[in-house]
Amino acid sequence: MPTLRFTKDHEWIRQDGDTAAIGITDYAQQQLGDIVYVELPAVGATVEAGKEAAVVESAKAASEVYAPVSGEVVAVNDAIADDPGKVNADPMGEGWFLKVKLVDPKALDGLMDEAEYAAYVAEQG
Amino acid sequence: MTGWSQALTAHPAASAETRTFTGNRGLQIEEKLIFEQDSPGHCGVDLPKPPAHRSRLGGLERRAPIGLPGLSEPQIVRHFTRLSQKNYAIDSGLYPLGSCTMKHNPRLNEKLARLPGFADLHPLQPQATVRGALELIDTLAHWLKVLTGMPAVALSPAAGAHGELCGMMTIRAALTARGDPRRRILVPESAHGTNPATAATCGYEIDPVPNNPRGRVDLGAVRAKLDGDVAALMLTNPNTCGLFEDEILEIAAAVHAAGAFFYCDGANFNAIVGRVRPADLGIDALHLNLHKTFSTPHGGGGPGSGPVALAAPLAPHAPLPWIVRGESGLALAEQAEGPAANSIGRLKGFHGQIGMFVRALAYMMSHGADGLRQVAEDAVLNANYLRVRLQEALSLSYPGLCMHEVLFDDRFLKDTGVTTLDFAKALIDEGFHPMTMYFPLVVHGALLIEPTETESKEALDQFADTVNALAARAKGGDEAGFHAAPRLTPRRRLDETTAARKPLLRWRPEPARQEAAD
Amino acid sequence: MRYLPLTPSDRRQMLTAIGAGSIDDLFADVPKAARLDSLVDLPLAQGELQVERAIGRMAAKNVAAGMVPFFIGGGVYRHHVPAAVDHLIQRGEFLTSYTPYQPELAQGTLQALFEFQTQVALLTGMEVANASLYDGATACAEAVAMAHRVTRRGKAVLSGALHPHYREVCETYAQFSGLRVAALDPTPGAAEEIDIDADTACVVVQNPDFFGALHDWTALAARCHQQGALLVAVVSEIVSLGAVKPPGAMGADIVAAEGQSLGNALNFGGPHLGLFACREQHVRQMPGRLAGQTVDADGKRGWVLTLATREQHIRREKATSNICTNSGLCALAFTIHAALLGEAGLTRLAQLNHAIACTLADRLAEVPGVDVINTGFFNEFTVRLPVPAAPVVDELAEFGVLGGVPLSRFYPGRGELANLLLVAATETATGDDIGQFTHALGEVLR
Repeated sequence: MPTLRFTKDHEWIRQDGDTAAIGITDYAQQQLGDIVYVELPAVGATVEAGKEAAVVESAKAASEVYAPVSGEVVAVNDAIADDPGKVNADPMGEGWFLKVKLVDPKALDGLMDEAEYAAYVAEQG
Repeated sequence: MTGWSQALTAHPAASAETRTFTGNRGLQIEEKLIFEQDSPGHCGVDLPKPPAHRSRLGGLERRAPIGLPGLSEPQIVRHFTRLSQKNYAIDSGLYPLGSCTMKHNPRLNEKLARLPGFADLHPLQPQATVRGALELIDTLAHWLKVLTGMPAVALSPAAGAHGELCGMMTIRAALTARGDPRRRILVPESAHGTNPATAATCGYEIDPVPNNPRGRVDLGAVRAKLDGDVAALMLTNPNTCGLFEDEILEIAAAVHAAGAFFYCDGANFNAIVGRVRPADLGIDALHLNLHKTFSTPHGGGGPGSGPVALAAPLAPHAPLPWIVRGESGLALAEQAEGPAANSIGRLKGFHGQIGMFVRALAYMMSHGADGLRQVAEDAVLNANYLRVRLQEALSLSYPGLCMHEVLFDDRFLKDTGVTTLDFAKALIDEGFHPMTMYFPLVVHGALLIEPTETESKEALDQFADTVNALAARAKGGDEAGFHAAPRLTPRRRLDETTAARKPLLRWRPEPARQEAAD
Repeated sequence: MRYLPLTPSDRRQMLTAIGAGSIDDLFADVPKAARLDSLVDLPLAQGELQVERAIGRMAAKNVAAGMVPFFIGGGVYRHHVPAAVDHLIQRGEFLTSYTPYQPELAQGTLQALFEFQTQVALLTGMEVANASLYDGATACAEAVAMAHRVTRRGKAVLSGALHPHYREVCETYAQFSGLRVAALDPTPGAAEEIDIDADTACVVVQNPDFFGALHDWTALAARCHQQGALLVAVVSEIVSLGAVKPPGAMGADIVAAEGQSLGNALNFGGPHLGLFACREQHVRQMPGRLAGQTVDADGKRGWVLTLATREQHIRREKATSNICTNSGLCALAFTIHAALLGEAGLTRLAQLNHAIACTLADRLAEVPGVDVINTGFFNEFTVRLPVPAAPVVDELAEFGVLGGVPLSRFYPGRGELANLLLVAATETATGDDIGQFTHALGEVLR
């Protein structure tokens, strides 16, 4: 069963072996409104935990998407580049942004699980 | 009810949903693009035939058509007249736009800017033939120096953001000249977006400074962040919350003690013109927006003008050209030599926005020292009057006095299902341009209101009554009505999502019909 | 005071409503040390008549271009603007309207900007254009910055035949952004060798160039692309595109141009009109505002400002530019003038400019000692005199002729250019003007 974790910046990460898929949560897509554009890194680029990995834009706002973990980008989701609305429609599934090969397979341990994230979102009010 | 009014109410024309054959609605006329009205070969200008000549175009002649449409003058005049009728403007009504200072644009200014002695003057004419223009520029500079208390002013920046760039460049040049390069700029979280964008263009890192609970820049945070790596603090005063930075003298002292410079965004100068001089606040560089405080028209997005008043340490780095006084009077110094040897160089082609200088000087001379002081007083009075008229129905972000603009947030809309955006769109149906929305970012759902001094008490009362009525409607549960607004404008809410997802930024001709296959 | 609607009675009522005793109470947050208790040392308010007189007196000290035979270009060109243009832009709904951030209240401005963007794209032969920048020189600096963003390379190469002001502005901006600018020396009349390497973000060239010469940049564009660099093409006389092959047809990636020639007066150098166009693939790296087409809630076609996340009010320090206010009304004047001209009118206007310039070149070449160094030109060319040109221009002015710009005004340190004079002729120059110019020049050179 792939491990699912969340960050305080409303990114999710789903680990399967030594790779992980990353995206933004339902809360994040609601806050942003209609997504109009995503800027994805190149395959082969490295991302660093806590640093900008991608950018997601609505008509009136642009937000950095931070990498929850460090690793090498092995895939990016061209489908959301063509149809950014997928991020709104299915943020945890078809709206994934990128997949990384993890530098540290245990990197997800420090992140919030589903219950902790739900509580965190409830606090946001 | 009389029989006459009953008949009218029942009449189909009373319905706002009337359809017409043309799609026009009385004075509101639909108008296609000029490209959709092309009469090939037609022209709205009569030009003589070119005399016979031996072409010198050397084989570089254009081979393909450009694709511009041809129309007659009556069609063009009608086209742009109809377009103009779809616009709101200061000439039509109040713009309560915070930080924009949408005041009346006097027509005297337009008349004087169009005098051939200014409008029909080429910047590269021999200087002996443009003495009056140099005198005008020098006179404007004098008025700005007296009003700001600063010893020098750079006149070439083309707009406020350009002026910010100019100011930050002179700061960086001054620091480089004294062998003290620094890498950070302190920028309040409430700053206008041009401030961090400018600092970045100038090669600096931005270090944000929070506000205190009183809506001012946090003096403690400023002091804590000031070190030998801070080049400058960029401040707006009065700030973007409409409040005077009452600790500004302490802030200036701290900035200078750290060897840094104090930049002031002068967008809100309308609140203090003639009553406070920026030089007396310890400011080293301040840009002014001639298209805000000094009434040059906004024109749907410019042109503006952003002269920068400079303190003595920064003056030597002012951009070219300089106006200098020599034996034979005023002259343009266009090279970085002599007194201008340490100039940062040129920021714009030619000499600056002279057309806007004429307008601004005419405005200043019309008001005079007494009138300009009255401008600030009436601007601040009008804003405070709106504050007290609106503070019960709306949620005032910071209690107490405001300056020329007043900040509310969306707490008053809590649980109504109506957002700041919806509220603004409903205001449009009432015949007002909305206030500034969602800026500054330091409060949620900001509504920033700046009436300016050229609004009468009647206009303010009507605006306040309307806003209060809308607030009551929102709290009364008319969510659907607000979501549907505006309903009465030539276009209703527009799909900005699709416009950003699939940008269509120009007209393109329809593809030619395919011939039927044989 | 005529612009201030509040009466003393209004002020009293309003102060009472606020709960303030006097206006001074409203300025209580100003530190005492900074309060001005008396008026600043400037003249008091004046009526329209007095202001007209004072400013009119300054205007009268200038020699307006239309009063004399006039042949100055150098990046600003005197064209005849049809009367309808100025009347239309002075309609209050255009003149006094705000930036179209509330599109429901600004469909007039937005539709006109969409038409403007289309005209600029068509004229330059490019795919997309923005809603204007300040002027050609700052548009050029923005083009260089954009090339740096797109290619992520650190060097811009500027042709020696680029307008010196455009070069200077690029150099000023680069000083502070860290980009390196390598400007070639000016060599009027001679070909240039432009080196492109793996560090070149862009090459910036101008057509017609600053000395009036015409170029086909197709081969240079191909060389740039082979090396992964962009070609930035500058046009300072937009009317030339009525007759000359546009930069888009030569392979340019970005066009930075000056639009003043259409719809806008000389204005002693400002306000003018920066034009900016590029390939659609780079649109998200463009500076400046963009008007885009969409539909409203009733499905009707309309326009909005779009791709705003490039801009300062959203992206702040990561914006493509810090520009906010641009040249909206000047762009409108351009749109109206270009609409009045249309295809046939602009074509004829360009032919007229070229024909008159050819006549001028032939007449000047007949003056003893005067050589036209251009083989090709549009409406501006460089002339070599037997003596330094600057004093000649001053003497011509005393004869009542504004006869071009001496190159030494732009290149004071370059003795080899001192005898060169840049001369332009537009549709506003008559045969009589040409006669007066050549006669006066003959007299001055004798």
